[in-house]
Amino acid sequence: MSKEGVMAVRGRATPARRPWPGRGEAVTAWLMSAPALILLVLFMIVPFGLALGFAFSNQRLIPGPLPTRFIGLRNFVRILEDPVFWRSLLNNFAFALVVVPVQSALALFLALLVNARRRFIVAFRAIYFVPTVTTMVVVAVIWTFLLSGDGLVNAILRAVSFGTLGPYQWIEDVRLALPAVMMVSIWQGVGFQMVIYLAGLQDIPAERYEAAQMDGAGRWQQFWHITMPGLRNTHIFVLVATTVLAFKLFTQVEVMTQGGPLNATQTIVRYLFQSGFRELKVGYASAMSVLFVGIVLAISLAQRWLLREEREVA
Amino acid sequence: MGGPTAPAASAAAAVTPARRTGDEAWEAVFHYALLAFFAAIFLGPLVVMIVSAFKDDELRLLKELGTWKAFVPTAPSLQNFADVFRRMPFHRFLLNSLVVVAGIVGGGLVVNSMIAYALARLRFPGRRLLLSLIVGLIIIPFEGIAVPLLLEVNRLGWIDSYHVQILPFVAHPFSIFLFYQFFIGIPKEFDEAARVDGANRGRIYWSIILPLSRPVIATVSILQALEYWGAFLWPLMVTRGETYRPLTVAMQTFFGQYPRDWGDSMAFATMMTVPVLLVFIAFQRWFIQSLSSSGVKG
Repeated sequence: MSKEGVMAVRGRATPARRPWPGRGEAVTAWLMSAPALILLVLFMIVPFGLALGFAFSNQRLIPGPLPTRFIGLRNFVRILEDPVFWRSLLNNFAFALVVVPVQSALALFLALLVNARRRFIVAFRAIYFVPTVTTMVVVAVIWTFLLSGDGLVNAILRAVSFGTLGPYQWIEDVRLALPAVMMVSIWQGVGFQMVIYLAGLQDIPAERYEAAQMDGAGRWQQFWHITMPGLRNTHIFVLVATTVLAFKLFTQVEVMTQGGPLNATQTIVRYLFQSGFRELKVGYASAMSVLFVGIVLAISLAQRWLLREEREVA
Repeated sequence: MGGPTAPAASAAAAVTPARRTGDEAWEAVFHYALLAFFAAIFLGPLVVMIVSAFKDDELRLLKELGTWKAFVPTAPSLQNFADVFRRMPFHRFLLNSLVVVAGIVGGGLVVNSMIAYALARLRFPGRRLLLSLIVGLIIIPFEGIAVPLLLEVNRLGWIDSYHVQILPFVAHPFSIFLFYQFFIGIPKEFDEAARVDGANRGRIYWSIILPLSRPVIATVSILQALEYWGAFLWPLMVTRGETYRPLTVAMQTFFGQYPRDWGDSMAFATMMTVPVLLVFIAFQRWFIQSLSSSGVKG
């Protein structure tokens, strides 16, 4: 976030800003901020505070016979002893470990593919973006259909392998269910990142490529010495955004596999949804929420740190 | 490929002019082949969805799914679409989705741009603190507060309504930040001129700043609309019957009924997807442009 930089520039442009005549400026400012501020407090800050509070209590969604009381760290201890939680966390990490590099590399490749000056190139850009404007629930339904036993995916695999591969029961198979969810997620999300990479590519000055060609650099060398370093900030943004999305994984799983088979596709968000909403264990789910927010916070702070590093160097 | 392609080819041509046209032609063929391959991967599943929606004979539909006929509407029929309306009030779900998205986007434009205007162009005590708060809130993922928020709205008696799906999402820290970034870039001379003419701050916001802000308004609207048109977790938690249920939850309920009717499911999915695709196709040029111009700055 470059707000400091931008404000510094503005400060230079108007060094002597005179105060507004009259003293209503602060009142106006707070009045204009009030609606957003009230909503943010009510629907972000209060529930976040509640999550912190409930995490240390035995709160339930519907008041039971036992009163809500403080139970210290018991929720956290139980979570750490819960094999389903560990399985969910492992699945989230496995998902991120595969999807982040594969999706980002594919997005960069597609961006390079559609960054050329050719006829119909704008149409291809739009086509690659189509899955992104398709709602995830619909995407999950379509792919469940395509991945079914005698569906298109198995038919294509059979054809290209001359009958040696498949058919696979993708969604029912403990080993294949998570890869299937990964594939669907990449298919849906890659277009968005392609657009971000495309913007990054277009920010790299053409003169750098021209100079490299004068020095006799080949295309591959240009890619490694100009394109890749020129995309540094884009890489960081894409990697961090995809990692955060990987930890928010829910919709695809809920529609395609409901976390199964045998928790092979269970995720943290789905498990905290299941505990808090389906099993009404709000305290338990809140403790998991706190851990989840902590993970996302750590990822975002890593991004800030990486970007600051870059600015100091530059 | 990409930026370096064209200049690299012409540099080679300077050395060996005779080979130039042949190489370039092959390169173009290869490039278009790759482009077409990926186009097939991204469009194929949606073509199968639309084509299958027109196949009424369920057995035949399943038999053809593993063949090239999955892409051809053999014996097209509108029966599946009629079935969807017979089984569920699709139009009700569509209306619900539209009301919720319009409420979030419309309310969000007003509320988020106002606070961003105050932060970017007014000076008041507490401004820096407020700004840090907003930037900090960008990081909090909704999934992390969904369960306690459910308890909160449950106590308020808001379950199963429009406002429970709209109000929590109107104020959006990232949208505020996008507005803020855009507003601080607008030259001060614009409002100083208006000030001389006797306009007050509210008037400057409304008739000077907002009309200049079409690009950021477009970006914020697109991002919010895409996000909440596809919202699933929260509506799944707070809607009960059919009255306020949006398309996403209805789609999943429909899909989860056994025995599954793939023809009907694909008709539902098609009706939910094609209108959005048409809007996207109509505006795709600045759609992609406005997203790419704002994305990296997050």
